[in-house]
Amino acid sequence: MAVAAGNDCLAGCDPAGIDHVYLASTSSFFTEKSAAAIVAKALGLRPDVVTVDYGSSLRGSATALRAAVSAVASGAARAVLVVTSDVRTAEPYSAMEADLGDAAVAFVIEADAPLRLEVDGAASRQAFDVWREDGAGSLRSWEDRFVVRYGYFEPVIAAWDQLRRESGLEPSLIQHLALHAPDRRSHLELAQQLGFRTEQVVDSLFGRVGNCGSAFAPLLLAIAAWRAQPGERILSCFAGDGAHLMSWVLDRPLARSSTLDEQLKRRIMLRSYRQYLKCRGLDGGGADRKSADGISATVSYRDQDADIGFTGVRCRRCETEQFPPARVCYRCFARDDFEPVALARRRGVLLSYSKDYFFPSPMPPVVAGVCALGGSARAYLQLADYGGEELRTGLPVEFVFRRIHASGGRPAWFWKSRLIALQEVHDA
Amino acid sequence: MPESLRDRVAIVGAGCSAFGENWTMSAEDMIVEAAFEAYADAGLENPQRQLDAVFCGAIYPSRGTAEVAESLKLFDLPITLVQNYCATGTDAFRCAAMSIAAGLYDTVLVVGFDKPKDRGVSGPSVTLNTTRGLPMTPAGWFALCAAKYFETYGAGRLELAKIAVKNHANGTLAPKSMLKKLITTDDVLKARMISWPFGLYDCAAQSDGAAALILSRADGAHSWRREPVWLKGVSVMLGPNPQSDPDFDFLGWKPTRAAAQDCYRQAGITDPFRQIDIAQVHDCFTLTELLTYEDLGFCARGAAKELIASEVFHLAGELPVNTDGGLKSFGHPTGATGVRMLYENTLQLRGEAGVRQVQGATLALSHNIGGAPQACGIVILGKE
Repeated sequence: MAVAAGNDCLAGCDPAGIDHVYLASTSSFFTEKSAAAIVAKALGLRPDVVTVDYGSSLRGSATALRAAVSAVASGAARAVLVVTSDVRTAEPYSAMEADLGDAAVAFVIEADAPLRLEVDGAASRQAFDVWREDGAGSLRSWEDRFVVRYGYFEPVIAAWDQLRRESGLEPSLIQHLALHAPDRRSHLELAQQLGFRTEQVVDSLFGRVGNCGSAFAPLLLAIAAWRAQPGERILSCFAGDGAHLMSWVLDRPLARSSTLDEQLKRRIMLRSYRQYLKCRGLDGGGADRKSADGISATVSYRDQDADIGFTGVRCRRCETEQFPPARVCYRCFARDDFEPVALARRRGVLLSYSKDYFFPSPMPPVVAGVCALGGSARAYLQLADYGGEELRTGLPVEFVFRRIHASGGRPAWFWKSRLIALQEVHDA
Repeated sequence: MPESLRDRVAIVGAGCSAFGENWTMSAEDMIVEAAFEAYADAGLENPQRQLDAVFCGAIYPSRGTAEVAESLKLFDLPITLVQNYCATGTDAFRCAAMSIAAGLYDTVLVVGFDKPKDRGVSGPSVTLNTTRGLPMTPAGWFALCAAKYFETYGAGRLELAKIAVKNHANGTLAPKSMLKKLITTDDVLKARMISWPFGLYDCAAQSDGAAALILSRADGAHSWRREPVWLKGVSVMLGPNPQSDPDFDFLGWKPTRAAAQDCYRQAGITDPFRQIDIAQVHDCFTLTELLTYEDLGFCARGAAKELIASEVFHLAGELPVNTDGGLKSFGHPTGATGVRMLYENTLQLRGEAGVRQVQGATLALSHNIGGAPQACGIVILGKE
């Protein structure tokens, strides 16, 4: 998700212009190993990019945005990519489960950007409201009313009171409130207590997205910024181990590449609750992670430009492209006369496919096929997000970054193809 | 132009173990069964003295060469293990033939064997130790030609089903086959899906088996017990993975086309459909057999559908294919398969194939293709 949001955000930009990348997430696969570095590789950022992980707290996304604004203001970076991404998993059958969602949001922070941070303020708290200890697969929480009162209302209100005192901001000066919330009810209740009218409040998206952790307030902020008129003010409220409030002013319309509706339209309905448990590895399975197999660390290190970066090569003599990169050209047999070619943002074509019922998957069949990678290069890729559409050769596809498996506890990240709706192709 | 092995080597003895889920047989049991049948067939009484070399082929050997030496208690002979995907058995035969043609040896034993059923998995193992290329299943790889071929030529699952029905029927007539079960096209079309468009009956099973041949140089071939069967042409062709080949057309496989051309040149064949009397072709999946009809030049590209409908490749047809039931009925112990096909062609050319005998067969072809697929082996044998 982080790579998908990053790619969407960088559409039309040169990724080489990004100096720092900050990733805020509480759901990294690793306790020790940078997820930001993986995202940087997958996005094709420069090798000298500064990568930082903001973990542990849902409020990390606010911290990352604040740090990015400071880095740009101080001249330490010209452009910072801030990505926030969370997968939220509650105990199976718990009440919290239905309120959670998964999402990722990305921003590029630059000087003189259309959306400007005006003022911000934070409050730090510690309490066992919602937490996840090392090794726990799903969230734990204390009693609901305690969580809402001391984990949410109290710190947000305290931070808002302080921000008002220091900055003179009032609800009447703010057109859009992008407010993180644990559930729909407390979202509306807190907005009222803070002094906002319903029409100022950005819809909390419960029932459509849900509480997506560190990405929640950023998602609402992005929606507000896309909707706001120049000159309007947006207050974004982040919560988690306290609160962080940021007041933004939209100076010019903010560009966007895809809308929330488009993203939501891509969702595939699960056929049963059991299938959800299987997909999340909550069914007691998850055998691939414990398996003795797994990718070789040395091979994975050598192949990262191809596997994570999705970089192929183009022959300097005959222009034939190939993937994975190799030493000898498929067509003119020239040796070592290639230049790298980035494939991730291209569109391709499904040349052939099969639907495999034999390969283990929580949602069989696994569709795999050979795709033309927007040129002469071809690769055998799984088809992501397949919802039973009728397949035929020649369908247009795009490429998405996915975890193929996590055998041996070492995730194998690679790219899959995904059908592009024909309507979109005609529009483009 | 490369030299030809035509008429320089002969098969003078052939043997084959029972193929199947041989739970109570070891690789040793199967190797002994196949090799001693070949010894007896040739009238070879003292293998230690009479054999000059051994070429064996196996994809899942526990020890390979040593398994053959120990099973047959052969001391101080040059024994070589050959591996070449599904063409492993065929390539072991080719290496043996080349060693004789080079003048190194007079008499060579070829043993193809595999014992995949000791691994505890049904079908190929799913190992998650790579990043690219998943799912890594042969069914998925071979199925990649289906969509394009169906869209281009209008064939479909029914044509594939008819191939499975034919091979199952032939398999009931072969004493050493694994599956002796008549099926209908309805059975094939209604079976559970393995990898679209392949249902269960479109796929060959993995099985255990061994097959053996005694090869002799031409000028000594008539001194053995049996009439020799002559090598007319042999070819093994490899290529890079078609899945990343920018020029792959998804309508057939380049290695088969290249190996067929090479073999036909050696054997002097200009009209394969008319000149070849029987063929054993690699039916790991039904589509493999269909595409191979065209890759071998038995018919024009896209014409397989009509020939399948007119039952040309049935036992009673103009060009019977997989007279013993093929991989469909025998299963596919990879190293053994190519040698098992040569065993069947040897019986057919000698007129000893019993109820499945094709009358008057004088020229017989066998074919394997494997890998992604990218490795092909073809052998043409003749009666005279």
